Amino acid sequence: MSTTSTEPDLLYSEDEEALRAAVRDLLTDHCDPAGVITRMETDAPHDLSLWKSLGEGMGLAGLLVPEAQGGQGASHREVAVVLEELGRFVAPVPYLTSAVVATEALLAGTGDAAGELLTALASGRTVGALAVALNVAPGGAYKVVVHEGGLLHGELTGIADAAVADVLLVPADDGGLYAVDTGAAAVTVTPQVSFDLTRPVATVTLDGASARLLGDAEPAVRRALRAGAGLLASEQLGLAEWALTETVRYLKDRKQFNRPVGGFQAVKHRLAQLWLEVVSLRAAARGAADALATGSADTDVAVAVAQSYAAPVAVRAAEEALQLHAGIGMTWEHPVHLCLKRAKADSIAYGTAGGHRSALGELVDLRAP
Amino acid sequence: MTAVDATELVRLTKELLAAHPPASTDRLDFLRARFDAGLAWVHYPEGLGGVGAPRSLQAVVDAELAAAGAPDNDPRRIGIGLGMAAPTILGFGTEEQKRRFLRPLWVGEEVWCQLFSEPGAGSDLAALGTRAVRSGDDWIVNGQKVWTSSAHLARWAILIARTDPDVPKHKGITYFVCDMTDPGVDVRPLRQVTGEAEFNEVFLTDVRIPDAHRLGEVGDGWRVAQTTLNNERVAIGGMRLPREGGMIGPVVKTWRERPELRTHDLHQRLLKLWVEAEVARLAGERLRQQLVAGQPGPEGAGMKLSFARLNQEISGLEVELLGEEGLLYEDWTMRRPELVDFVGRDAGYRYLRSKGNSIEGGTSEVLLNIVAERVLGLPSEPRTDKDVAWKDLAR
Repeated sequence: MSTTSTEPDLLYSEDEEALRAAVRDLLTDHCDPAGVITRMETDAPHDLSLWKSLGEGMGLAGLLVPEAQGGQGASHREVAVVLEELGRFVAPVPYLTSAVVATEALLAGTGDAAGELLTALASGRTVGALAVALNVAPGGAYKVVVHEGGLLHGELTGIADAAVADVLLVPADDGGLYAVDTGAAAVTVTPQVSFDLTRPVATVTLDGASARLLGDAEPAVRRALRAGAGLLASEQLGLAEWALTETVRYLKDRKQFNRPVGGFQAVKHRLAQLWLEVVSLRAAARGAADALATGSADTDVAVAVAQSYAAPVAVRAAEEALQLHAGIGMTWEHPVHLCLKRAKADSIAYGTAGGHRSALGELVDLRAP
Repeated sequence: MTAVDATELVRLTKELLAAHPPASTDRLDFLRARFDAGLAWVHYPEGLGGVGAPRSLQAVVDAELAAAGAPDNDPRRIGIGLGMAAPTILGFGTEEQKRRFLRPLWVGEEVWCQLFSEPGAGSDLAALGTRAVRSGDDWIVNGQKVWTSSAHLARWAILIARTDPDVPKHKGITYFVCDMTDPGVDVRPLRQVTGEAEFNEVFLTDVRIPDAHRLGEVGDGWRVAQTTLNNERVAIGGMRLPREGGMIGPVVKTWRERPELRTHDLHQRLLKLWVEAEVARLAGERLRQQLVAGQPGPEGAGMKLSFARLNQEISGLEVELLGEEGLLYEDWTMRRPELVDFVGRDAGYRYLRSKGNSIEGGTSEVLLNIVAERVLGLPSEPRTDKDVAWKDLAR
């Protein structure tokens, strides 16, 4: 029976569930936590082999790109499902940054250069990154580089996944968005010591770098950050769900005082409360994904609602997971810190919950004093 | 019987409207005719107000009738009858009981109330101590019930009472229909923190109930009561709200209309609650979409938890926002309202009344246990009363 209202479709379709199953199978086989923990301390924290399987093998890098431009012609709803699974595994791949944020920035452009790059990103063989610091909110100010004599000069920090990007999308002081190849002369990408080693940030230094104009920076950056913020909620849902599920599983098994620890009411109530927040987050995240997918007039509100709610839930889920795992949760060996670090970094990414709430105040006419 | 579809329901409804034009038909006569036409609750069996159609098709009939200006049965006034007594009678009643009770219940001629909770049996309802002792063809009932809404208006009550104190608590309970006009029934208003008496205490002294008014087997009352209580939860979880519907509505209205009341602290808290109310609304909407798609999920158990907390926090914020006006209260006069409604009531009343939201229909603490055990599969609480005869329990 069809719904008679304008409410978003908050369910998962059969195709979306099939997509989830396929991604989960791949990640189960190729993204075990021990491997992620070992890899993240090396010089190559990203798993490019996994990225190749996801992007080229399964064609997931091009979900948002129309078929005519080499993509899958799917929507944000499918991307959200992929991000839930990537979040669940804290997968160290540049999916959100390249297949979502950089791709959305290019979808805003109209020129040939943007189109060619879009096709390259959709194939998964080229990784792109928007050269805007990860913490910048959709309506927030961002740093630009100097465009002088056809070359770009400047330093940008906090650029997520830049270390693995082939091309950077760089906003300049003339209002343009430029493509810069990371392998070119006068371009230096220096990894920063990141709080979340599975989505590391880097400093980008341009010392007279040559660049191709893609279009206007402002609409591209706005569009990219809004999609990033809205779909990040699905990654946060995946993180929170993993934390809850894994903690429940562990506490059914772990015994103290001759009882499973999960049988103590003080613990059960915390987990039940967390479950309630996770199912609520699912509704908010689906709402944002559906609004982005349908181009709803309510998209700004749906994204701000999802981001206002998602970050605290994901962080709390990870924090509860650590506390309720107790000693073992404090070790480097146990994967709960992967989840905690990603959740905490995500709470800053694309704007904080407080920032999104302030934005909502304007959007829904609840003004400050 | 072949399933009745939407087209057939529309035809039946038009037929009813033609035979009994609402404009020239007495309200009760129309409702009785609607019941007899099987259009009262279409998913009920033929002869009992339904036609055995899918429950979702009720909306087709309701829309058709509303468009014709037909009267309804004022469902909010008879919520306990419709939501709790009726499904239990349908599930466990004899043919004679169904024919006697369901029609006047649905049309609203006979109001029902629920005699379940007792002063000594709240969350642990199965520990109830009201006794029913067999005497010939009758049962003699003695005890005290509490939190009974509509008791002073009710013709009938659904009642659970202890018929065997020598077996463990869940096993010695029997379910009855109690005549509220029996001389042994004493209904006294129970005044609440709001000043009103929305509920009653009901004292039962040698109340005589014929065995023909028993629902289900002797000793099977706990199982019968589960039907009643599960339907209560469906009723609580089934609401659909627009954005800013519910308790957040009045506070955002005040915020927009009266900028002089705004402070930075209240602004932060209001935005946080606005988001939480919107997310809870979406979670309820998602649950509804799951039900429509035939994929019921366990999320319903959580909805009441969310709304109880939000109602309390939002109304509390509103009292604070009102400043000097928050020091006032609309009216402390003891009254017995027929309907409980937050709409149109002052913030102070809503703040106080919503304190009951985390207690009535299962406390939030019990609901968290239910989620932990039934949804997450965590071990249940240690049970020291499981194999102990009711009469030997600590009290």
